[in-house]
Amino acid sequence: MNPIYLDNNATTRVDPAVVEAMLPFFTEHFGNASSIHAFGSEVGKALKKARGQVQALLGAEHDSEIIFTSCGTESDSTAILSALKAQPERNTVITTVVEHPAILTLCDWLEKEGTIVHKLKVDKKGRLDLDEYKSLLNDRVAIVSVMWANNETGTIFPVEEMAELAAARGIMFHTDAVQAVGKIPIDLKNTKIDMLSLSGHKLHAPKGIGVLYLRRGCRFRPLLRGGHQERGRRAGTENSASIVGLGMACELAMQHMEEENTSVKRLRDKLEQGILSRISHCFPTGDVSNRLPNTSNIAFEYIEGEAILLLLNKMGIAGSSGSACTSGSLEPSHVMRAMGIPYTAAHGTIRFSLSRYNTEEEVDRVIAAVPPIIAQLRKLSPYWSDSGPAAKPEEAFAPTYA
Amino acid sequence: MWEYSDKVREHFFNPRNSGPLEEANGIGDVGSIQCGDALRLMLKVDPETEIIQDAHFQTFGCGSAIASSSALTEIIKGMTLDEALKVSNQNIADYLDGLPPEKMHCSVMGREALQAAIANYRGEEWSDDHEEGALVCKCFAIDSVMIEDVVKANDLNTVEEVTFYTKAGGGCAACHEGIEEILARIKAERAGPGEVSPPPACPATPEAPKPPSKKLSIVEKIAKIQDVLESVRPMLQRDHGDVELADVQGKKIYVYLKGACSGCMMEAATLGGIQQKMIETLGELVQVLPASHMPVDA
Repeated sequence: MNPIYLDNNATTRVDPAVVEAMLPFFTEHFGNASSIHAFGSEVGKALKKARGQVQALLGAEHDSEIIFTSCGTESDSTAILSALKAQPERNTVITTVVEHPAILTLCDWLEKEGTIVHKLKVDKKGRLDLDEYKSLLNDRVAIVSVMWANNETGTIFPVEEMAELAAARGIMFHTDAVQAVGKIPIDLKNTKIDMLSLSGHKLHAPKGIGVLYLRRGCRFRPLLRGGHQERGRRAGTENSASIVGLGMACELAMQHMEEENTSVKRLRDKLEQGILSRISHCFPTGDVSNRLPNTSNIAFEYIEGEAILLLLNKMGIAGSSGSACTSGSLEPSHVMRAMGIPYTAAHGTIRFSLSRYNTEEEVDRVIAAVPPIIAQLRKLSPYWSDSGPAAKPEEAFAPTYA
Repeated sequence: MWEYSDKVREHFFNPRNSGPLEEANGIGDVGSIQCGDALRLMLKVDPETEIIQDAHFQTFGCGSAIASSSALTEIIKGMTLDEALKVSNQNIADYLDGLPPEKMHCSVMGREALQAAIANYRGEEWSDDHEEGALVCKCFAIDSVMIEDVVKANDLNTVEEVTFYTKAGGGCAACHEGIEEILARIKAERAGPGEVSPPPACPATPEAPKPPSKKLSIVEKIAKIQDVLESVRPMLQRDHGDVELADVQGKKIYVYLKGACSGCMMEAATLGGIQQKMIETLGELVQVLPASHMPVDA
């Protein structure tokens, strides 16, 4: 049986049309775009086209606002470090507790180095409190960095509104939009967003290519210095094949935007409803009425996520989990903890993230496969007895924690 | 995904002795704060012989937690309680052909459940005597509590010293920042408030050893060298390695590294640590080298 890939928020399959567009740039168009000769100028033209394709998907006003980087993480680091460096009189960063580690780990390190970092909290559905946000905006804030959509739950943040509020106080606004780009419409020229990160491999382009959108006029300091590439804002010879691939992927994303929000969304909803209606003691996490069309994150109570994933994998189904054990970290997902999901449920969260390649038949297979897996693991669980949780499970099993 | 051994996978997919045990007369409920996993171990003990006639488990946890629980019940069935108490977490891991370093705490949880279940059978109160911290060095599975204890007990100041005593930091170097933070914190605690200074990132140039009051005879020197080797052997043996003196040629001390030590990626760090101790003990600059470096015609 063909394996079923439902982990598209982790990475996506490169679209065959993208591969096709890239291949000549490994062979006949191998030149360096900086060169004067014909080998280089062909590549230069291709980069310009790709820049335009990315510009179109983001709705950017100018193609020079697109800076190619190596990945989303590089874009994130560049944005925040640039804002701090370019505005030495400002020493504060505002972000959220549910950001991707690309932002959080950087902010934790900046904090040790003396930067003040405010992390906005979220409620049980993973939503921000905009009053808390407004109260923190002051003229010591160098940059606000808030993700457009959460990678684990798909919950969408009101970044356009938040950027307006920041702009009104003269504060730079960055958004990590790696999960949002290609899944929901974005029109940057009609927003006050100053910087945006995207990652190619989340939208059917290859790994190793990212973009930092930088609004014209926004003060900037490069992370990598050494060459004139990307107008000196990101030195290093252009990854031309991947840039061409990303351009093509952005064009395809535009074409499939409606499909993403209709047929992919319908399959996601069918999958989620199918699972929730067949299994007791499980619930979707995040803000289900305001999330990415492809993402469903379900907490299965009293069992652990890695065990679920291993059994799913045996059935040829790929998902991901917020359990501690899948990362080797101490704690279950920081996103689940931030939403106050109890440990016995947070450890059992499974994220299903779809793409336009998934089919109805695959969704039916997953709906049929999940219930026996959950039942099998609950049979092993000390919190569970026969057909339901032990009466008062927290009392029936209260282990001594070491 | 983790690199689980076939045995771990097999015990996870087909766990032995899972589910409640009706006639259990010893039950241990423990959890690992490290990852939130929890385990209930149920024993049926013959009161006459103290032999474990049956053992079952229920586990809330990941693949290796379930496999470790399953392995534990298989290991202890038929043992007396005293025999079972000797089962270590390493025994559980070995039974499963090893666990990834991040997952060793799953086997620790198994051993603790066993202690708790036996205490429960004997009507005793079980209290956990071991504290587990955040995993710092993933290459050698060393947690923060162990590093802190060793740094405090031996008054360590550098990452290199920590590596010699615990192995932490001897692999990929990713945890050096974390180890430096622990060192800085402990140094600050030692110094008291107001006198914080970070530990040196690189080891300071070793001070020239004081010349010994009188020159050692070769017999005295070799005796001292043997003393140093004896003092480090328990540490190496804990990791299934060993060391033995091969020869002394002038200022060069040649040793055989044995067992797990031979070919270990920590070889250089191990020799470096021994060399440091030799220099301190002998009061002269010497070099400690593997026996394979001995001149052939010497």
